[in-house]
Amino acid sequence: MKLHEYQSKTIFAKYGIPIPKGRVAATAEEAKHIAEELGGRVVIKSQVLVGGRGKAGGIRVAKTADEAEQLAQQILTMKIKDLPVRKVLVDEAAAIEHEIYFAITNDRAAKKPVMIASAAGGVDIEEVAATTPEKIIKVHIDPLLGLRDYQARDIAASIDMPRELWRDFGKIASGLWQAYLDTDATLAEINPLVITKDKRLMALDGKMMIDDNALFRHSKLADIRDIDEEVPAETEARRYGLSFIKLDGNIGCMVNGAGLAMTSMDIVKLFGGEPANFLDIGGGAGADKVAAAMRIIVSDPSVQAVLINIFGGITRGDEVARGILTAMDEVKPKVPMVVRLVGTNAEEGRKLLENAKMITAETLADAAQKAVAAAKG
Amino acid sequence: MSILINKKTRLLVQGITGNEGLFHTTHMVSYGTNVVAGVTPGKGGEWVLDGKIPVFDSVKLAADATGANCTVIFVPARFAPDAMFEAADAGIPLIVCITEGVPVQDMMRVRNYLDQKKVRLIGPNCPGMLTPNESKVGIIPGNIAIPGNVGVVSRSGTLTYEVLYALKQVGMGASTCVGIGGDPVNGTNFIDVLEMFEHDPQTEKVVLIGEIGGTDEDKAAEFISAKMTKPVVSFIAGSSAPPGKRMGHAGAIIEGGAGSAADKVKALEAAGVKVAKHPEEIPSLLN
Repeated sequence: MKLHEYQSKTIFAKYGIPIPKGRVAATAEEAKHIAEELGGRVVIKSQVLVGGRGKAGGIRVAKTADEAEQLAQQILTMKIKDLPVRKVLVDEAAAIEHEIYFAITNDRAAKKPVMIASAAGGVDIEEVAATTPEKIIKVHIDPLLGLRDYQARDIAASIDMPRELWRDFGKIASGLWQAYLDTDATLAEINPLVITKDKRLMALDGKMMIDDNALFRHSKLADIRDIDEEVPAETEARRYGLSFIKLDGNIGCMVNGAGLAMTSMDIVKLFGGEPANFLDIGGGAGADKVAAAMRIIVSDPSVQAVLINIFGGITRGDEVARGILTAMDEVKPKVPMVVRLVGTNAEEGRKLLENAKMITAETLADAAQKAVAAAKG
Repeated sequence: MSILINKKTRLLVQGITGNEGLFHTTHMVSYGTNVVAGVTPGKGGEWVLDGKIPVFDSVKLAADATGANCTVIFVPARFAPDAMFEAADAGIPLIVCITEGVPVQDMMRVRNYLDQKKVRLIGPNCPGMLTPNESKVGIIPGNIAIPGNVGVVSRSGTLTYEVLYALKQVGMGASTCVGIGGDPVNGTNFIDVLEMFEHDPQTEKVVLIGEIGGTDEDKAAEFISAKMTKPVVSFIAGSSAPPGKRMGHAGAIIEGGAGSAADKVKALEAAGVKVAKHPEEIPSLLN
């Protein structure tokens, strides 16, 4: 789960990391009001859960409160990478001397958290990593020991931070580490962490991502998930415990197991089709879940055919078949359905579906080819 | 021969009285797995499966009483890290965690602790292991595989079943099938299992089933080209997956342009691995 900049910075502030004065606004009038309160120059920043806001014109500086209102109006009517801007953050503008990149994230290969820092901050860190990897400093943290003070000092020294700021940087590093731990973050990123003209450190931007698997112990964080930024079908699928991702094609896919679901999409593509979605109904899915999955798939108007591929292990073929029949009754889909059932109780499942006017298939390749042909009409 | 599990495996089931634990214990026992004990805190002294399997309050008590040398974990995600720590502290050398959805920060702590104790973990978020006709530890349906000379290692569950089933259709069998799981931080990687297959006399060929995300397949490719004498056939799932999206498995995500199927296929092919276009092609590539 991604957090907005303003949400991330609110968390940073709780952990003693200095952030600019500012507040979030949903209308241009509110933005003007906040700018008046702050006085002087402000930055109007679109709050959308994608990168490249600056390049898209979603971050602008206003010299007066009137200009803030005007710019907020513009930004609030923008779409950035297809996402409409619904909120702006109005922050007091900082006098920047230097920009640093600083983050804590999970290094899956090392099986440890890693601190990443660079003196070349403020820009896309992946670009820095690709073009000048020597400018990126990485220090791993032992998850059983936690962040040690010397590690923060090492980072500060290696990015040539002035010595008089090492102490403050140490506090920011331990604050970020604690925030990362307490929220089960997979990323806690400050980019840029600036040194201001009056020699203070401040987190001008913030980005946090939270481990979805850990949300059971962070109900307050789960509540601030911005579902406006999600594809509605994905939100709906999550309610039923289905793993669903909307894609651009026209062949709906319903599969059990993530690896097999990806593979089914891959084969559709291999035989010249385009998958409309990724959908894993999960292990042991009963009829209710299958019916919900079916509703979600066929509610997408671009779907021209549906491929159902179930390998019964824990999931039973007859259960799935019953779910399909319930869903067919309820949704009355007009598109052709291709079904492949293998494994536990597959025979019983196939019998149940015999009268349901479905196209059946024996192998995965056969099923994909039939679905591709059916989508073409 | 086989790897990791065989007839001598004395299995403990953590979470044996839960729905899933009990269901799969029944299947493991009927497959012939030697399930010696179960653990559910607070239910010590009870018996399950018509008095066949004793339940203990802790792993330590169960291991001391029964000499269990392997444990399989079916407890919910919020309790799974503790179950793994407990098994390691009780001296169980091989832990298999089926549970899906364990937070990744917990897994980093678990993995680093288990490494210090030299305990092997398979999973989490995995289907477990199967040595056909000898032992089944986990949830792989027993009837889809026959004994043979093909070692199978995979990050996926049902996709692995597809491959075992496709092999069986043409009369090919498995030495051992190991599901290492779909999480970003797990206990055992491809190269650990490849090394075991390389040294296992029964295994003559290996099937490696990977997917998008991470660098485990790239490391496997390096290992195969440097150390493996046995032929390896592979399939990588997720060639049609968009970047930045988590495809069901917590670990199946292309991040910052890294971890795509195309890159993994390229690395494996450069190491002499035959990569199938789809899983049903695997048996013919093994010939």
